[in-house]
Amino acid sequence: MTSPSRIQEVDQMKGRVHSIETYGTVDGPGIRYVLFMQGCLLRCQFCHNPDTWKMSDGKEMTVGEVVADIKEYLPFFQASNGGVTVSGGEPLIQTAFVAQLFKELKKLGIHTAIDTSAGCFSKSPSFLKSLDELLAYTDLVLLDLKQINSAKHKKLTGKPNEHILEFANYLAEKEVPVWIRHVLIPEITDIDDDLEKLAAFIQTLPNVEKVDVLPYHELGVYKWEALGIDYPLKDTQPPTDERVRNAEKILTAGLTTA
Amino acid sequence: MTNQQWLEFVDGKWQDEINVRDFIIKNFTLYNGDESFLVGPTADTNKLWEQVMELTKKEIDNGGVLDMDTSIVSTITSHGPGYLDKEKEQIVGFQTDVPFKRSLQPFGGIRMAIGAAQSYGFEVDKEVEHTFTEYRKTHNQGVFDAYTNEMKAARSAGIITGLPDAYGRGRIIGDYRRVALYGIDWLIEDKQSELSLVGGNGVMSENVIRDREELSEQIHALSELKQMAESYGYDISKPASTAHEAFQWLYFAYLAAIKEQNGAAMSLGRVSTFLDIYIERDLRNNVLTEEEAQELVDHFVMKLRLVKFARTPEYNDLFSGDPTWVTESIGGMAQDGTPLVTKSSFRFLHTLDNLGPAPEPNLTVLWSVNLPDNFKKYCAKVSIETSSIQYENDDIMREHYGDDYGIACCVSAMKIGKHMQFFGARVNLAKALLYAINGGIDEVSAKQIGPQYAPIQSEYLDYDEVAEKYDNMLEWLAGLYVNTLNVIHYMHDKYSYERIEMALHDKDVLRTMACGIAGLSVVADSLSAIKHTKVKTIRNEDGVAIDFEIEGDYPQFGNNDARVDDIAVDLVKSFMNKIKQHDTYRNAVPTQSVLTITSNVVYGKMTGNTPDGRKAGEPFAPGANPLHGRDKKGALASLSSVAKLPYDYSLDGISNTFSIVPNALGKDEESRKSNLVGMLDGYALKGGHHLNINVFDRETLLDAMDYPEKHPQLTIRVSGYAVNFIKLTREQQIDVINRTFHEGR
Repeated sequence: MTSPSRIQEVDQMKGRVHSIETYGTVDGPGIRYVLFMQGCLLRCQFCHNPDTWKMSDGKEMTVGEVVADIKEYLPFFQASNGGVTVSGGEPLIQTAFVAQLFKELKKLGIHTAIDTSAGCFSKSPSFLKSLDELLAYTDLVLLDLKQINSAKHKKLTGKPNEHILEFANYLAEKEVPVWIRHVLIPEITDIDDDLEKLAAFIQTLPNVEKVDVLPYHELGVYKWEALGIDYPLKDTQPPTDERVRNAEKILTAGLTTA
Repeated sequence: MTNQQWLEFVDGKWQDEINVRDFIIKNFTLYNGDESFLVGPTADTNKLWEQVMELTKKEIDNGGVLDMDTSIVSTITSHGPGYLDKEKEQIVGFQTDVPFKRSLQPFGGIRMAIGAAQSYGFEVDKEVEHTFTEYRKTHNQGVFDAYTNEMKAARSAGIITGLPDAYGRGRIIGDYRRVALYGIDWLIEDKQSELSLVGGNGVMSENVIRDREELSEQIHALSELKQMAESYGYDISKPASTAHEAFQWLYFAYLAAIKEQNGAAMSLGRVSTFLDIYIERDLRNNVLTEEEAQELVDHFVMKLRLVKFARTPEYNDLFSGDPTWVTESIGGMAQDGTPLVTKSSFRFLHTLDNLGPAPEPNLTVLWSVNLPDNFKKYCAKVSIETSSIQYENDDIMREHYGDDYGIACCVSAMKIGKHMQFFGARVNLAKALLYAINGGIDEVSAKQIGPQYAPIQSEYLDYDEVAEKYDNMLEWLAGLYVNTLNVIHYMHDKYSYERIEMALHDKDVLRTMACGIAGLSVVADSLSAIKHTKVKTIRNEDGVAIDFEIEGDYPQFGNNDARVDDIAVDLVKSFMNKIKQHDTYRNAVPTQSVLTITSNVVYGKMTGNTPDGRKAGEPFAPGANPLHGRDKKGALASLSSVAKLPYDYSLDGISNTFSIVPNALGKDEESRKSNLVGMLDGYALKGGHHLNINVFDRETLLDAMDYPEKHPQLTIRVSGYAVNFIKLTREQQIDVINRTFHEGR
């Protein structure tokens, strides 16, 4: 039996939240309440939310506050088979908070998803312990695989990709359902050879239910300008429809549930 | 009683008394399937529509009006028959003898009729002007004879506005279906037997005399309707015997109403499922094909799109884009839990595809979470493609209005043929707040308009003090408002009685006094600012607070935040409670709406700086919407705030207008449809009342402002109705573009 003080403690656990979008329709099944967490270790050149990078920004919210807010939207989740997606920023930086949040949401029967690029994944026992707790309450992971080639990955995001692929394998081991997302940027992540290698990797993961190709867009550029950071992909255009279809064809090859 | 025209219909009470609902419930055929049975337009339909589009272009090129009758006063029988193309039209009848020629309707007010003509370069015949100035008093003159000085002042200051005191009041729906189901002769007999029972042996009181006169007028109007139909070669004395006749009979009845009245909203009711019964019978007997059925619907709807009235530019400032509110209510559930969805529910929505998008008829889906999935998805599809549908929550309305109600105008539910309303426009709550702060002095004109209560003297506004003074000011406003409406409706009954519409009602109707409020989100945010942060007054040399400085952030309506949403809820309840305390003309039941139509722009123009940070002259949000750009937590938070407003205290409707870019609904067509359905279901489950759905990119609208000729049919939902975007004033176009477009992330 949990003591009242323990309940209060969980309720009062704080996370750093960047913002909330109550009507998310592209981050998981149905209508999603999307909680954007503050803070990310990656510095992706195409990031459309660079205002979520800094760990110190955002606003502190308790698990209790977030749950109370989410409850408001139960009818919309029911009507659409939707739920809650924690995105960012990088949700795995605040694993303990998200785990507690999801634990509470599962009590209410709400579908839970995290949208991650796993930039902070490590096999340290302390990280794995809190990750395992989170995964126990997670129905779906939306995993960004940005570049299969580690050197190119480093150039694009500031970090190599080995630990990210390791995370993908870890999810497979744990049999957590995964949707892979790949942002398609002309010349940078839209190279047939890389796409084919990425496809081969995805085929080793039996838990992948879906692969989404997300065409690069310039909607986040204004935020870079607002933050006074130089935007590195200034001259890059969104991919053509044809290239998008090409990537979809390569990446979904061998998927049975796509 | 039985009739050969009723062959194959299931028996019921409807055969012995006028009871259209009973006929529908006993006879309609539920359709659970999808839209795959629908067919495209016939060649004749296309030809007719081309003709309409050509005339529409000429009308726009001509400055908004193509032609106007300036000498024949419009009555049910005033004009000979008019046609687009007699050979091709399945459904016939125009308001005058020529399509696109607007009728002359002086009974509501000769000044409005003259003004409307003048503003489009026409001149009303001197003889008519003389008659309606010297010999025949109009509603408008009656009202101004009885208005007090206080009423006139409140009206010109814009604290009470949009009043139907210069033209027809509208918002009355005749049960036009009765003409198709029973034929004119029975309806006349029925009214005659009622007349014989009124006051026969009792006291000839004022009420009895009025009832007798009104019933007699109704009987005259029914005879005239029969005569008008004859001029088109139809004998409508007996019930309609085919689908074609049912459509035509019903349309004649509606046509008589719009020939006699130029009401702001001339709504149609709930006809599609009724008419479907006739279509089903003809299909069954192989005397009608699906193509022919759709053609009937297309041609009928085409006629409804061509309803036109002569309006002044001032009227257009309030209700922009030439709206007529030919509202048709589709779907909903029967009391026993069966959806009232038929194939014709689909056919009516399908006109938006066959004829292209259009603002009229104002297609209104009565939404229930229990509607068939296929129908829900089809509605979503049509919304996404045309932005021409509005949705209203059948699950909350059914409790109050049963299962045979229709929507008048935008959001006003009423039992068809059993309820009517006295349309009361609205009061400006934001201006009233400024009056409370300034002791009744108008912040724009500096005149003493409200009562001379003690103004607030302090530099910083104190919430409790403001709340108390505001409550007192609203008390004054509610009293003045109801009295003003009493004057208006007394005079309208006297000088411009809706003979044919009331002939298609039961004798004993329930009347509502439909009050309304504007500026709700401005006031809720203002009070929230005063409560949750510091608001400093900036005063002019006379000490009148003319501006406000806000120190810090405050919770804003539209973010599902109880700290401010509760203020909005309390306002709705408290104003309703104040209205209820006053006596109403003909013992009408008081109700209220949270609805502005497009007048949010004009109200904003007439209102000074407000304590929420809105600048003088800036538009209010439409209806119950959060103020533009202040809803920052996404669509559902915004919807949830509005859904909290209590329908029980706002039974004349709570309007919410919602715009979203296609990509924010989902990645592909299937998910966009299901996410929109999910949103509508969720909103309904949360008790939200009304939702206009617009799906497009802001760029489309910007393009239409620059190149109107490229977007002749671009339709957009505003507040409770739809307009042709290119017909809006520049100011209103900008207002629409500045509204929150939910874009997701």
